[in-house]
Amino acid sequence: MPSGFMQFADKYLMWKEGPMIWGSDVAILLVSIGIVFVLTYFHKWKWLWREWITTVDHKKIGIMYLICALLMLFRGGADAELLRTQLAIPNNHFLSAEHYDQIFTTHGTIMILFMAMPFIFALFNIVVPLQIGARDVAFPYLNAISFWLFFFAAMLFNLSFVFGGSPDASWVSYPPLSELGFDPGPGENYYLLALQITGIGSIATGINFLATIFKMRAPGMKLMHMPLFTWSTVAACVVIIFAFPALAIAIALLTLDRIFGTHFFTILHGGNPMMFVNLFWVWGHPEVYIVVLPAFGVYSEVVATFARKRIFGYSSMVASLMLISVISYFVWAHHFFTMGAGADVNTFFAVASMLVGIPTGVKVFNWLFTMYRGRIRMTLPMLWTIAFVPCFAIGGATGIMLAAAPADYQYHNSYFLIAHFHQVLIGGVVFGMLAGMYYWWPKMFGFKLDERLGRWAFWFFNIGFYVCFMPQYALGFMGMQRRMYTYPADMGWNTLNLISTIGAYIMAIGFVFIVIQVLYSVKYGERDLTGDPWDGRTLEWSLPSPAPHYNFAVIPTVTSRDVWWELKEQGRTDELKPKAEDIKPIHMPKNSARPFFMGLAFFVAGFGFVFDSMWLGFLGLAGVVACLIARALEYNDDYHIPVHEVVETEATLGRLG
Amino acid sequence: MMAMPDAIYGGHSGVTSSDKPLEYRDPNQSVKILGFWLFLATDMLLFGCLFATYLVVRTHTDGGPTARSIFDIPGFTLETFFLLTSSFTGGLSTLAMRNGNKKALVSWFAVTIALGLAFIGLEVHEFIGDVASGATWERSAFLSAFFTLVGTHGSHVTVGLVWMFLTLLQVAKRGITPITARKVFVVNLYWHFLDVVWVFIFTVVYLSGRVM
Repeated sequence: MPSGFMQFADKYLMWKEGPMIWGSDVAILLVSIGIVFVLTYFHKWKWLWREWITTVDHKKIGIMYLICALLMLFRGGADAELLRTQLAIPNNHFLSAEHYDQIFTTHGTIMILFMAMPFIFALFNIVVPLQIGARDVAFPYLNAISFWLFFFAAMLFNLSFVFGGSPDASWVSYPPLSELGFDPGPGENYYLLALQITGIGSIATGINFLATIFKMRAPGMKLMHMPLFTWSTVAACVVIIFAFPALAIAIALLTLDRIFGTHFFTILHGGNPMMFVNLFWVWGHPEVYIVVLPAFGVYSEVVATFARKRIFGYSSMVASLMLISVISYFVWAHHFFTMGAGADVNTFFAVASMLVGIPTGVKVFNWLFTMYRGRIRMTLPMLWTIAFVPCFAIGGATGIMLAAAPADYQYHNSYFLIAHFHQVLIGGVVFGMLAGMYYWWPKMFGFKLDERLGRWAFWFFNIGFYVCFMPQYALGFMGMQRRMYTYPADMGWNTLNLISTIGAYIMAIGFVFIVIQVLYSVKYGERDLTGDPWDGRTLEWSLPSPAPHYNFAVIPTVTSRDVWWELKEQGRTDELKPKAEDIKPIHMPKNSARPFFMGLAFFVAGFGFVFDSMWLGFLGLAGVVACLIARALEYNDDYHIPVHEVVETEATLGRLG
Repeated sequence: MMAMPDAIYGGHSGVTSSDKPLEYRDPNQSVKILGFWLFLATDMLLFGCLFATYLVVRTHTDGGPTARSIFDIPGFTLETFFLLTSSFTGGLSTLAMRNGNKKALVSWFAVTIALGLAFIGLEVHEFIGDVASGATWERSAFLSAFFTLVGTHGSHVTVGLVWMFLTLLQVAKRGITPITARKVFVVNLYWHFLDVVWVFIFTVVYLSGRVM
């Protein structure tokens, strides 16, 4: 091969790095060829473009978020398995130190930003408009932009693995380690640009759903009539719009340091690295509440539905959600008690960190009281919810231990911390998102996921979880620090590490069962013909599964909380069936390809800046500006569905009253 | 112009009523105004973080140029004069919009844009002078934070100018409709917001820099 190509291959394609890179190259190539082949063979290109890429329908955008979140759960999970394999035995050289650094960086970043975030956005999109009786979100076009920014940012971030090198300064990327002098190469730039792009999309989503919930509820639906998942979306969106700007600034300033030579966080010329750490956690701590609050919303819906009871303490549920969203903003410094800010500052943040546990505890008791004397059905969503309670309780208790500032000097950055936050993030967020996925899956696709395979997945994942993480608490006490890539044999850590790795493998088996379950259920899953497979309580279950693209032929009038349940109790469900004479032309947003191209332009800009290529970077930004101007001058972005079309659709669904 | 729909995609947040200002009458438009207020909250926090960073490193000059040595009193006073006046004329354009006076609206927009351009011109001039005297943002943490904070505001103003010009074109072409009324209102919200941020830059950066 020509030497020019070989130089390129060494520098950018990293072909000297070994079989993992080659394998990924081959896998990416095969998957791409496979996708192109399938789309071409089945003539699906037009369908993909018209039905998905240009869509502004919140239900489809939600499904796309869900698919991406599951794929990223796989990528982040594969990273985790590699890390645990490396740590299974002492003095292991399965991974080099450098690769280990890269993999724990991508594992953390992907799980938080590219798995948890799209997963909650998937549920926001799929559920919220249906629960409040709306036909779409307030800004459907912006909603599509949010998705494509996330999508292309995720592509940019994942591209680093096979093109130029992964980031390796961990998911928090503290300077000065992450500054150019200590971390040259494009990896860290990939991290910064990808996070910036997806962060813009997240802020837009926060704005979008707040406006949707405040302005587009069905007539009669007061705030205190809203389902608790919708309330949890309000709480999460409030935190998003307050927290994400801090991340945007933290990484923008670090990007300026790396690409334009400024000195915000360098050691030289007066920079202050701890300023980054503060800004990062001003976002970072609220971020964990952003992802866990929607999970709390899921648990509230699931518990009420499967205990067949009104949620216990609705008002205190709402109050605790809002309290958490406020207090979450005042706890950030507990991530670095060891900074040396002094006893008074540490005391403030320690007390705030303990306070935030109180509203969370209120919620746990409310879920338990809702189950008390309920007629509980042990479905998959309910199983994950019940598993969440003890898991989160243990995670919360160890959190209180970490929040005690003097004691934290002992636990700081040890495996005790690792075990704690995996317990709350997996036990809280992942369990919640899976419960939500199982719960609303029939609403999205019109069939249930297979119960038996789901139980296998549940037990493997749960047992694997405890086997994996309980030993890590002990390892932390025994002095094992996070981010160490190997350890000597005489530390007494060998057995516990091996057990932990076995646990990680068991969790992987659980994930494989979920994949099998989805594939199996596509063909054999129980079809949902009623639209209300769980005997639900809220408005989304009054619609057919999947809902028609305009959602409600006639917008319902809401008179109480759990309105669908009330109507069922009173035998009045027919009132929600549209009558032909009530149907008016329905106002809908038009599809647009521009959000996709805007995401692409951001990708080009990001890619340019990653490699310090200013012309490419600014070319991409020019594309973004062009999209913005075109949008500003656009007037025909909506249309009306004629009455006869709605009547026909509703008649086909057998819903005309 | 498209027919005014009776409802937004959700269909019910309010009926079209004439006792509200024009930009709020159509629920399709008023929801966008709410969305824009929420956006301004995020933008305010963005500036808040930049201010915090500036305050942390404002004395970290590393032996290089200090605030006292580079801030030019006539320069930033004139900038302030132009920007604050443009906010006033922007307000007059909103008033003209509500009165249905297209000609006055377009004129006040033009005046606002001219004042904004004068502000940007002065700021660019100030920055060029600073850089020429060796006060570049690579020199010290203080200068990094100064150029980033004030430059972020300046780039916001630049975006606002392009946006206001585009809005002016739409008003000239389409007249004052519920849609263009909302656009006029929103671009002015943005403009006033940048004015408020400038008041803080004037106080926290320039005035404090000269006296402290």
